[in-house]
Amino acid sequence: MNLKEMVEKLGLEVKSGAGQMDREVRGGYASDLMSDVMANSRQGDIWVTLQIHQNIVAVASLRELAAIIIVQGRQPEKETVEKAEREGIPILGSPLHTFELVGRLYQMGISGMH
Amino acid sequence: MLKEYRADLHIHTCLSPCGSLDMSPRAIVREAKKKGIEIIAICDHNSAENVLPAQKIGEVEGVTVLAGMEVTSQEEVHLLTLFNDVEGVNRLQEIVYEHLLPGENDEEAFGPQVIVNEEDEVIGMNMRLLIGATTLSINELVDRAQKLGSVVIASHVDRESFSLLGHMGFIPHDLKLTALEISPHITAEQARARFLQMSGYPLVTFSDAHTLEDIGKVSTRFFLEEPTLKEIEKALRGEEGRRIVG
Repeated sequence: MNLKEMVEKLGLEVKSGAGQMDREVRGGYASDLMSDVMANSRQGDIWVTLQIHQNIVAVASLRELAAIIIVQGRQPEKETVEKAEREGIPILGSPLHTFELVGRLYQMGISGMH
Repeated sequence: MLKEYRADLHIHTCLSPCGSLDMSPRAIVREAKKKGIEIIAICDHNSAENVLPAQKIGEVEGVTVLAGMEVTSQEEVHLLTLFNDVEGVNRLQEIVYEHLLPGENDEEAFGPQVIVNEEDEVIGMNMRLLIGATTLSINELVDRAQKLGSVVIASHVDRESFSLLGHMGFIPHDLKLTALEISPHITAEQARARFLQMSGYPLVTFSDAHTLEDIGKVSTRFFLEEPTLKEIEKALRGEEGRRIVG
């Protein structure tokens, strides 16, 4: 599944990286400890988090993640969006909380076990 | 004349929900004196209401007591903010109280938050949710504390929980920290080998004491002209012969 399809199905808001919507999502990872994401996420994962600090962009870039979804309607900091635009990292937003969002992703066939 | 001072700048009082009830300002200052610690800092979670009595007792006992607070950022990272006097930390406390998550402390779950005076008398309970986080981002917290004259040190950065490296993965490049505190579980050499980014910062180690016996369990020795925050700041920056010893 690519990002465009995911955005449409889940009604996500694209906050950055609008030009990257053809990216393929290979799996998913959910965590708010960035050290954990740096250690355990995998290339092509969609990352679900409530963190909004600009460090999330570097983590996503380092791990070559497909995109970041920020939950609970939280707004990324201005610096985070600017950095994400510069680095071509898609940030998506959802009003749902992590448990609910991950459940819906799983139902759509996104797994943490790819 | 420069001389060596032993400092433990991360001590909780009975105001921290997790702090032992016998951690009164008077008991802390006396314990530090007994152990030969010349400079301490009171750093309760998101509150500084037991700083003033500790400073008053420190004056009597001849122990320098810095005015501190361990603040929690939105990302749940703990930061030590150190001031010379209580006015500075009180201004930061106002900002912290404005941005603290709403709710009342649950003494059963987290422990009581006891405000005392220099006579060890209980003068009140802080009912705020001090164990919680603020809604201020780590960058904003550091900025605002520094504008009020604070020295900011990231707490126990090598720990997994409530730490800069654990929660943020790496040190944001634009964060103007004066130093990093490493926990007693790791030496400076081990820390620098494990986290390459640490080489750019002075490393200090303090007890993070929540009980009297833990005070001074680890400490940092500074070479200073006098026991003040200004001098410690110079030592952290390696200025004018002031330095961290060892």
